[in-house]
Amino acid sequence: MNYEAVIGLEVHVQIKTHSKVFTRVAAGYGQPENTLTDPVVLALPGVLPVMNKAALDAIIKAGLLLGCEIAPICKWDRKNYFYPDSPKNYQISQYDQPICVGGRVEIELPGSARNVMGEHTHIALTRIHLEEDVGKLNHFAHDSLVDYNRAGTPLMEIVSEPVIRSAEEAYAYLTSLRATMIYGGISDCDMEKGQLRCDANISIRPVGETRLGTKVELKNLNSISFVRDGIEHEIKRQIAVVQSGGTIVQETRDYDGMTGTSQSLRTKEMAHDYRYFPDPDLMPVKVDAAWKARIQTECPELPFDKQRRFLTQYQIPYTLTSVLIWDRALANFFEQAAKLCGRPQAAANWIVNDLLRELSHAQVALADSKVTPAHIAELVALVDSGTVTNNAAKEVFVDMAATGDKPGVIVERKGLKAETNADELEGWCRESIAANPKALAEFKAGKESAINAFKGPVMKAAKGKANPKLVDETLHRLLAQA
Amino acid sequence: MPLYFRTLTELADQLAAKTITSTELTQAVIARTKAVDFQVKAFNSFDEADALSQAAASDTRRAAGQARGPLDGIPIGFKDVIAVAGQPLTASSKMLANFISPYDATVTQKLKQAGAVCWGRLNLDEFAMGSSTENSAFHTTRNPYDLERVPGGSSGGSAAALAAGEAIATLGSDTGGSIRQPAALCNVVGLKPTYGLVSRFGLIAFASSLDQIGPFTRTVEDSALLLRAIAGHDERDSTSFKTEIPDYRAALQEKPGPWRIGIPKEYFGEGLDPEVAAAVQKAVEYYKSIGCEIKDVSLPHTEYGVGVYYIIATAECSSNLARYDGVRYGHRSKEAKDILDVYFKSRAEGFGPEVKRRIILGTYVLSSGYYDAYYLRAQKVRTLIRNDFLEAYKSVDVILTPTSPTPAFKRGAKADPLAMYLCDVYTIGVNLAGLPGISVPCGFSRGGLPIGMQLIGQPFREADLLAVANAYDAPHAWGKKTPTL
Repeated sequence: MNYEAVIGLEVHVQIKTHSKVFTRVAAGYGQPENTLTDPVVLALPGVLPVMNKAALDAIIKAGLLLGCEIAPICKWDRKNYFYPDSPKNYQISQYDQPICVGGRVEIELPGSARNVMGEHTHIALTRIHLEEDVGKLNHFAHDSLVDYNRAGTPLMEIVSEPVIRSAEEAYAYLTSLRATMIYGGISDCDMEKGQLRCDANISIRPVGETRLGTKVELKNLNSISFVRDGIEHEIKRQIAVVQSGGTIVQETRDYDGMTGTSQSLRTKEMAHDYRYFPDPDLMPVKVDAAWKARIQTECPELPFDKQRRFLTQYQIPYTLTSVLIWDRALANFFEQAAKLCGRPQAAANWIVNDLLRELSHAQVALADSKVTPAHIAELVALVDSGTVTNNAAKEVFVDMAATGDKPGVIVERKGLKAETNADELEGWCRESIAANPKALAEFKAGKESAINAFKGPVMKAAKGKANPKLVDETLHRLLAQA
Repeated sequence: MPLYFRTLTELADQLAAKTITSTELTQAVIARTKAVDFQVKAFNSFDEADALSQAAASDTRRAAGQARGPLDGIPIGFKDVIAVAGQPLTASSKMLANFISPYDATVTQKLKQAGAVCWGRLNLDEFAMGSSTENSAFHTTRNPYDLERVPGGSSGGSAAALAAGEAIATLGSDTGGSIRQPAALCNVVGLKPTYGLVSRFGLIAFASSLDQIGPFTRTVEDSALLLRAIAGHDERDSTSFKTEIPDYRAALQEKPGPWRIGIPKEYFGEGLDPEVAAAVQKAVEYYKSIGCEIKDVSLPHTEYGVGVYYIIATAECSSNLARYDGVRYGHRSKEAKDILDVYFKSRAEGFGPEVKRRIILGTYVLSSGYYDAYYLRAQKVRTLIRNDFLEAYKSVDVILTPTSPTPAFKRGAKADPLAMYLCDVYTIGVNLAGLPGISVPCGFSRGGLPIGMQLIGQPFREADLLAVANAYDAPHAWGKKTPTL
């Protein structure tokens, strides 16, 4: 029997705000333990929460970017459970009136080849709600310590409908969702810092069955690859259980990405009764049209929309766009360079191949790059005019990535300017043609590309400094006479 | 009259006239406290040196012509659920017996800015749950008019300290009557403001949608003075209301009446002590004599008040008190071996029986499958109760009732929790409806026990409520009488 998987993802995204969601103390990562706290974060006797409007702005933006309906009125509920990372022993969350309802995430499935665009589809969302993050437990041999720095960080929970059918779709969903959040400036979504966390609800059923099978919740999927691997592992595990005559138990399982194994955390019998009720300390929030309109003006173009535009406006290949679009800053960098030099594809090639390589080698972020769009444009022009050869340009690029000097300055400094002594060049060309009668015959027989065979020896003779444009012209002229 | 028995208003005038100093006044209050508190037991703790240094600072300001107003230099006591930085904040619970607040409540900040001397931590029923102060984990406060009797509660320490001359005014909190009932039992004025008028930031939460901080004073005029100092919107409390705070004391004169006063029949039925009924009736007669119109009104859902209250208040407290877990502060069991032990044993040892009873009740009513039947339904009835009042206010300005069904009862007399809950039968509706209510002394029983009447006002119309109350209180001034200790 064939089985299909039904997957729903619950994604938690930390909202990037200056202060925490219910108090003024700073939100942040990597600070000494328990320094980002105040009486509210620590739930001292008598304190009260006050809603951070910037967090609301951010979640409304997320909702608008993902096509959600923004609730005209939303309220806050208490989710009651005891755990030492939760200072109040209840979490302020949204139960039955989330701020964002519905919506969808556009995804691209893998294409038939790397350079072929895959099928695009949408994953429907159930809701997005706002809640507060909890602290962090650090376990030692005999005790555990709590760090409340993270507690009270604004957190969005983005819940998908159970419409994801494969680990690949889940991977594509997270990639797109993550990029959307980063584009919107809503979160940095650094999974290593816990800024994006994912739980998956997975069930299987025989193909053709419409009812849902018993679901298993998979937790601690702390990288996008682990999400894919964990889901794949869980689908296989469930099929194996069913095929060996067993039944799936509703449970929560912990996936270990390092070992590729999972183990049961708790079963349904041990499920919490969260005793949700409206938080009497917070007033419901009314989101009016003016508020939504203001946020709408801050919504950027989304990655896939940008990709479609790049393909038509700049006529650059899909493979280049699929590198450029995922990072908003990189896409902007490209657009600036393309506009400065008027040669989008050349600019894109330099950025995708050389710039990213140099940044990666030097472990430098794009924002700190010494190479600017103007550098790229100048380099493209130097190559196009034949001032430098392609090989020399590669050398120029490495230099400018390190020094930030302008390409023209580097060419002068390194003596990389192409050789343009016409007589000398013509001599080398004649020698090259004379030395290769086979290629000459092919060229004469109409094989245009045979001309390339003459270029190598010319370049070698010129020690790489020959102006490639001039070499090409000279060879053509001589071959026509030959 | 010794300094410690004078009214806030009188003392403010004398401080302004420089016939007394804050240091003299504070020393008098401290000496009185040391002389009588071994009997009254109103205080959980006090910090004599701190109070005297605040008094000295006040005197320095005044000498420099920088006095901050009528409260500057006046010693005011705090119910031990209101945070004062550097002072204990215990809620009269073993759970917080050693907790020192690192921060000020908003009302504390306001009183400090007004120059008041923050004086002493006053006993209460543990976490404000009770009507007699017998639920304090530390000791039972006595009624200064009869030491064998209770002062009421939960703000029993605040009422008793004021009545005994151990403070010039005090602050309490009122969730179902916890200011008004002890005020009635101790012959002082106790005001529960409209929900949202006074910031709750820094008040240990019992039931968040019902809790309000309010003043205990000897006269209605004093109450008006103190209310103005603590009221007003606070950006740290989302439930505090943005409203203009009038000069309540000035309004006492500006609002001459006569008023239409509603008498709800549901508040004068079975269980009301005849002497209380008679004293309240005399007050009604007085209002009639000054030209007020007395009208019968009906609050038909009154009988559901206690039931609704014990669902909503317990539900909220079960969640509010979850933070007392022994992890970050407060009592942690020495027996605890793992995290569940820390929770179970710390809470088992740290909370008293009434607190546990309410946490369990509240946990139950919020449980999956019971929420709709209890909590949701109670919220709906709560709306009906509020509507009853708003309907009545279409024909009257204020509503007059007894504050407590009986005068102060003997310690241990109400061992049955339900009997204790019924002490608040006349005060609970006001919290459920979010209205302002004030208890004003209106006489004594033949046995010499104080009796109070309750006036209930319209939302955020404390100025009117206080004016009506003052019209009776100014000529009668029962609160200026003092107990023999």
